[in-house]
Amino acid sequence: MSLVSISGSLLYTAFILYLIATFFFGATIRDKRTDDKKGRSGKIAIGLTIIGFVAQIGYFITRWIASGHAPVSNLFEFMTFLGMCMVLAFIIIYFIYGLGVLGLFALPIAMVIIAYASMFPTEISPLVPSLQSHWLYIHVTTVSLGQGILAISFVAGLIYLISEIDQTTGSKRTAWLETVIYTIFLFIGFIVITSVFNFMDYQATFEYTEQNATTTTTEYNLPAIAAPNEGTLLTEGVMQPWFEAPAWMQGADAGRKFNTVIWSVLAGSVIYGLVRLVLRKRIGAAIQPLLKNVNPKLVDEINYRSVAIGFPVFTLGGLIFAAIWAQIAWDRFWGWDPKEVWALITWFFYAAYLHLRLSRGWHGEKSAWLAVIGFGIIMFNLIVVNLVLAGLHSYA
Amino acid sequence: MKGKKCECGHLNPEGATLCEACGKPLEESQQTDASGKKQLLNMRYDGSARRSQTYNKSIIDKVWNFFSSVKVGVWLIVLTIIASAIGSIFPQEMYIPADAPNRDPAVFYEDRYGIIGLIYFQLGLHNLYSSWWYILLIALIGVSLVIASIDRVVPLYKALKMQKAKRHESFISRQRLFSETEHVSEADLEKIKGHLRKKRYRLREENGHILAEKNRFSRWGPYVNHIGLIIILLAAILRFSDVLYMDEYVWVREGETVVLPGTDREYYIENHDFILETYDEDDERFSEAIAQEGTIPRNFQTNVTIYRDSANAVAGAEAELTPITEDQIRLNEPLKFEDYTLYQSGYQQNEFTSMSFKVHETDDPEEEALANFTIDLTSPDGVYELDNGFRVELGEYYPDYYLDDNGIPASRTDYPRNPAFVLFVYPPGSDTAEVSFLGIGKNIEPTGENEYNVGITDFEMRDASGLTVRVDHTLPFFGAGAAIFMIGVIQGMYWHHRRIWIHPKGNGVLLGAHTNKNWYGVEKDIEQAIDGTSINMVKDQQEKDE
Amino acid sequence: MGLEEVKQKKKRKKRGRFVFRVSIIGALLGAVVFTLVSNIQADNTIYRAGDQAPDFKLQQINESNERESVQLSDLEGKGVMLNFWGTWCKPCEREMPYMQELYGKYKDKGIEIVAVSLDSTELVVDRFVDRHNLTFPVPHDTTEEVRDLYKVGPLPSTFFINPEGEIVEYVEGALTLESLEGHLQNILPEA
Repeated sequence: MSLVSISGSLLYTAFILYLIATFFFGATIRDKRTDDKKGRSGKIAIGLTIIGFVAQIGYFITRWIASGHAPVSNLFEFMTFLGMCMVLAFIIIYFIYGLGVLGLFALPIAMVIIAYASMFPTEISPLVPSLQSHWLYIHVTTVSLGQGILAISFVAGLIYLISEIDQTTGSKRTAWLETVIYTIFLFIGFIVITSVFNFMDYQATFEYTEQNATTTTTEYNLPAIAAPNEGTLLTEGVMQPWFEAPAWMQGADAGRKFNTVIWSVLAGSVIYGLVRLVLRKRIGAAIQPLLKNVNPKLVDEINYRSVAIGFPVFTLGGLIFAAIWAQIAWDRFWGWDPKEVWALITWFFYAAYLHLRLSRGWHGEKSAWLAVIGFGIIMFNLIVVNLVLAGLHSYA
Repeated sequence: MKGKKCECGHLNPEGATLCEACGKPLEESQQTDASGKKQLLNMRYDGSARRSQTYNKSIIDKVWNFFSSVKVGVWLIVLTIIASAIGSIFPQEMYIPADAPNRDPAVFYEDRYGIIGLIYFQLGLHNLYSSWWYILLIALIGVSLVIASIDRVVPLYKALKMQKAKRHESFISRQRLFSETEHVSEADLEKIKGHLRKKRYRLREENGHILAEKNRFSRWGPYVNHIGLIIILLAAILRFSDVLYMDEYVWVREGETVVLPGTDREYYIENHDFILETYDEDDERFSEAIAQEGTIPRNFQTNVTIYRDSANAVAGAEAELTPITEDQIRLNEPLKFEDYTLYQSGYQQNEFTSMSFKVHETDDPEEEALANFTIDLTSPDGVYELDNGFRVELGEYYPDYYLDDNGIPASRTDYPRNPAFVLFVYPPGSDTAEVSFLGIGKNIEPTGENEYNVGITDFEMRDASGLTVRVDHTLPFFGAGAAIFMIGVIQGMYWHHRRIWIHPKGNGVLLGAHTNKNWYGVEKDIEQAIDGTSINMVKDQQEKDE
Repeated sequence: MGLEEVKQKKKRKKRGRFVFRVSIIGALLGAVVFTLVSNIQADNTIYRAGDQAPDFKLQQINESNERESVQLSDLEGKGVMLNFWGTWCKPCEREMPYMQELYGKYKDKGIEIVAVSLDSTELVVDRFVDRHNLTFPVPHDTTEEVRDLYKVGPLPSTFFINPEGEIVEYVEGALTLESLEGHLQNILPEA
């Protein structure tokens, strides 16, 4: 067995362990006697999480040895690492506050991130000259750790909102909360639909002309709903595209990405719809009773604490280390590249969060909403900026 | 309006909501809410007067108060976030892709993004981050940082310095964490004091009133980090100075020595070799990725020598060069000498340096060379005298040949990327020239009656390397600012100011506690401090209210 | 402490605070204005109208002109049109005939046209000069030193320098016959 396949299996193992641990964390909230003390299911759950985390570290190290560089150099590797950091942050926070319900939400979200990452090319690619620096490891690992900790504040915020928002009648707040949950379903939709068609080994090739007048081909792994602008289908016996991507969508593979977004929305909506159909109420409302033992003050504290711990780490990795490296590699420590801009936006946002909380008393629900938005910004920087507003940091 | 005198005898400055000395609430609003229910104290800045709130008369005071407000600060941040996000929708002017058909911003944005792109360009959003209003936004945040910090740190410092161990009963009972115990023995008090000391609390006693405090320095964190940010902003201003900051770009071709721009013609650089390496597609580890993505570069490198001009006379006069350093510049490994840093920033491969030709009879199927000559493209001669009595005149030379809009041969740039020539060939003993037009893949004779033909036999090429030349003395300031910011943020976020008051009442005590963050932590501290004593555990009164 | 005294003390304190606030706000305002002004100026070239034109010396390569080299300081007392150009640059080529026409007209009135060529090969310049029958001096800036000295960006760029050696105008882009003549009038030495 090669090192690469060992590495892959370890990641898979970690994923499964996180999944099992989630169920045990689920058991802790059912168990009223263990409200204060960590019960047996809690111990099993955190134990499994830690073993899973160790397995994922194993994945990380073996892949590092196999490739000769730290596996944080493309979107798959980076997002997987983010998932790992999130689990680490969860473990730390769990040992501070001992709140099992946190795991019930943190682990699935980490799993969605890891699964999402696996949908991108997973081959080991060599480092281009601009990435050949120790600062790659220093910068990327610190940023991820910061973002992982900040993600826990999102988890706490989400728990707070689900448990505290009045679900007896529909309101703007319930609608927004459902929107957040629906967004998570879109990611799941993407994962499901991509996996299905990957499994079927679906392929359709298009030919189209790029802005600079060179003709290229692109490979669709999902049936084409939207063809590339002015693209022609080369593969025979596959679904004909329904329409073309609009002309303003340009850049690397815009048509294919647009098609993927359409599929994710379709699949996510269908899954969300089915779940709603089964539950016959808002998903938020369905989860709420599970959280009736949750102490909102403690969840709010965790929300804030995660930002308090994560903010300095993020600043160090995402701005300071980033600037040092940019100075060495690109001769300027700051260049208003989209990725840099969005890191600055993230930083400004959490700075605003802290000021609103400490000086203007935005606690509880307001803080929770902010934490959700903050994580939205982080994910935006990771996904939209990488795939759409690609600049120097383009991974995909 | 005058200051308020508290019943403990302390004269408080106006605007204070809690007595500086004993902590008794001074204002109605701090005493009861509308329903008359007991309310928790607002402990922000320990109830001291934020200075801006006390005077509001002159225009100066109004400006001061405006920038002192956190609300205004947060609004400035929100506006900056929105503006920054808008700037990232389309590439900024400097990031217009190199392969765009037309890189002129007036054309590019409309061309690629249609009407929205045109509006984007016309609003100047393609240079958003250097626009006056964006810079003004950042500057206003800076102003807000300075004023808001001064306005808060002074009173907070005074309040914490002036605080007494003995506090008013209502101050203790209206802390968020509070408990009352009827009977507490002397021994228990000693025990709790011991526990608190062990937990590194500093204890102060005043007639049996105890104040246990730790990590007060954490309260200065926000102000320290603000100082860091202000230093960073000041460093950014320093960049406008030519002495402290210089940014130039230079192209050097292999074998060439050119002056380093921005060095006042003191330094020259010679490019010995530009190297571009790619990953081996047979490398097992990467073969899959290379198959998918195509060739992946591994190294960009320029081998250079830096010279100093010891004469350094008037510009253009002959320089006397002495080598001072010989080195390699790679991406991620810039070359540093004196105050200058050289970065590998670009390259242009395959410029022609020389081309060799032969003259042969047009109808000779073997194309046997009657004469050979080589044109050095860096300094071509006008006339070439060849063997066998041939003479070639270089009529025209186009280094980067193209046909212009009028169909006339011209050169697109100064660089020999696509050289073309008009040659006048004088056969031996003849005064009449035959005209030939030669270029890459082109060999045209206008008349079609030439007796002799000229063909390209060989050529040499070289690469050009693009280097950024930088002087940046502002970096230490940015570094210092960033370091101070980190210290401040860590100091404020990773340590927590905690205070516990023990207030004797009758035979028992009142116990109150305050922290600016992490209530969970201070509760744990108290839990451990009262362990083994009869003192009651504190209740979170905020929780009770809800 | 009498009532008067308290009042006095308070007044002093108030005044102190006012002075403090005025100075802080003043300093901040100064910094903001400086930043904004510097930001606007950062886009411009270093040499602007009113500056002394920096000296340089270059080989002259136009064979129709008697000079062997050109040193700017030698031209003091004459109005100088200092033009930066390249053979590949179309707008540069368009303004050449105007320069040649006006060179004949103003040469004897105390104006020198100096057209610094930024080409790398002399032959190309020679052919260009022959084709356009240029007679004004063409110094050859092979190392682009002088270009760097004058911070010349896009071509053509022209500096109009008066007899005192001071830059009167800086023009980026091609000139027409009329505008060129107008600029030359501005740097004409007094008879």
